Amino acid sequence: MDNTANEIREITMAEFFPTIVQMKLEKWRLVQICAVRAGEGYELSYSFAQRYHMVTLRLHLSAEEKVTSITQVYPCAFLQENEMAELFGVPVEHIDLDYKDKLYRIDREHPFKEKG
Amino acid sequence: MGTMSKSPWLLHYDASSCNGCDIEVLDCLMPKYDIERFGIINTGDPFQADILLITGGINSQTEPVVKQLYSQMPEPKVVVAVGICACTGGVFKECYNIKGGVDTVIPVDVYVPGCAARPESIIDGVVKALAILDQKQKDAKSGKTAEADDEAGGTNG
Amino acid sequence: MAKRSIIPFGPQHPVLPEPIHLDLVLEDETVVEAIPSIGFIHRGLEKLVEKKDFKQYVYIAERVCGICSCGHGMGYCESVEHIMGIEVPRRADYLRTIWMEMSRVHSHLLWLGLLADALGFESLFMEAWRLRERILDMFDATTGGRIIFSVNTIGGVLKDIDDSMLKTLKETVRDMRHEFKPIVDTFLHDYTIQSRLCGLGVLSREDAILNGAVGPMLRASGEAIDLRTLGYAAYNDLMVMPITAQDGDAYARCEVRLKETIMSLRMIEEAIEKIPSGDIAVPVKGNPNGEYFMRIEQPRGEAIYYVKANGTKNLERFRLRTPTTSNISPMLRLLKGCQLADVPLLVLTIDPCISCTER
Repeated sequence: MDNTANEIREITMAEFFPTIVQMKLEKWRLVQICAVRAGEGYELSYSFAQRYHMVTLRLHLSAEEKVTSITQVYPCAFLQENEMAELFGVPVEHIDLDYKDKLYRIDREHPFKEKG
Repeated sequence: MGTMSKSPWLLHYDASSCNGCDIEVLDCLMPKYDIERFGIINTGDPFQADILLITGGINSQTEPVVKQLYSQMPEPKVVVAVGICACTGGVFKECYNIKGGVDTVIPVDVYVPGCAARPESIIDGVVKALAILDQKQKDAKSGKTAEADDEAGGTNG
Repeated sequence: MAKRSIIPFGPQHPVLPEPIHLDLVLEDETVVEAIPSIGFIHRGLEKLVEKKDFKQYVYIAERVCGICSCGHGMGYCESVEHIMGIEVPRRADYLRTIWMEMSRVHSHLLWLGLLADALGFESLFMEAWRLRERILDMFDATTGGRIIFSVNTIGGVLKDIDDSMLKTLKETVRDMRHEFKPIVDTFLHDYTIQSRLCGLGVLSREDAILNGAVGPMLRASGEAIDLRTLGYAAYNDLMVMPITAQDGDAYARCEVRLKETIMSLRMIEEAIEKIPSGDIAVPVKGNPNGEYFMRIEQPRGEAIYYVKANGTKNLERFRLRTPTTSNISPMLRLLKGCQLADVPLLVLTIDPCISCTER
């Protein structure tokens, strides 16, 4: 079966933005953005697809670090970035159309940040 | 049968349902079940509705909407909770964003179980609601308030 | 200078089947910008993996959405099966495929009905939904449920369809194909429908890819991508052809869905002819450990199921990126520059499923 879907590339913070721009130039389609708690920080996955080929960029974020929004390059990322910021409390900077944690307007702040 | 139960108007609202019960509510209006032949009309206007059908559990977003819809409906009115989520919260009960069933916010008269509730049970629930509607109208008529009398005497919907 | 105004649209709007709210910025009658606000049916299902064990969670996954229920259960099960290295019996693969394609037929017929309703074509609406009832009856006969029928389990399926029922199903599907023909003809050739849909809300192929469109939305813009060709479940044994249209307008999106419905009906017949005998599930031992991205083609397009497990009975993370999440962005692109009166119809053409989107 397809293992093309599960190619994961680890990237560093310095490589992050240039890689995204490169993806855009090569006309990759943004597939999904996902955050996972990892200790104090987060593990972010950005998936892109070209035809049937899918690649996931994996970025590790420590508790103090902030990540820049990719909406300047991929405007369609705004929903998933807002979701990640609101549910997990991931500090995402400069989202084009920032809902400021008011996308789902839930009572509990960052419900996914802690277990339980 | 009272006058109102001969042509009750329904208002349907999706509180936080998975769409399963919603499409079954819509399905009741389709050629197979076709409840319109009994004079039941699905309306979008709370001011002209007699029966409120609610699907899904309540979250903080939909709570004010449900309360508002309920207060906008004229007396007498009946609330039917459709599907297990609307009854108790169902499988979503433990979710951080679910408060529970519809009865946490407004009084519910009829509970329709099922996931998703089948059209037959929804129709059954509405029929039960009609009896309650008649009873409420009768109670109002037997001389509680002048206001209720006026309403009961007026034409329905 | 045109007059600028903002019109709030939704969430409870008579023409909208689902609770989505849009703030429409208008210049006279033309939409300049549309800002969506969602969250009316957010429940927080992804977090339930921490409370329920990974086998129980199948039932929650199936209740993410009442229309795409079977696909969500299947996508979740397949991703866990991949992590655990479980080989599902071939008959179970076929049964999943049959129910999945039946779900696609039911979902597309539902959409076609809603489209006819939005156009004010009441009799066509009734026709489409009447035909859809036959698929629901078959769901009822084969699984016991009409909408949410919980047949998937990790390691296979819970219910088998016996030979006589498969025969009935095949006959029903063949009948449906004949009955569907006049509906297709009406949608494709009716003058009123053509004049309403042709040239409305054009999305070019470039724009579709750039904005991350998926499913019928992407294929209607000329990009031939259908994840079923990857061959998960039993799709590698069946004829799958991505169905495309070139114009990228509302009519093209309607055309793609009509033809996909016909193809799905054919695929059900083909699957029934080829289905092998054997077991329907294998026993599952132990807990998953690892991560996997599963991609499946839902009626509304590509859905991503990401599972991260840590060797305990509770998963660490389950993420579901539903087709509508991806299609909202192209929808906003379509709305820019359209007329106010076209907004409900354009929102409908992406086949929004808000319950999926907000989870």
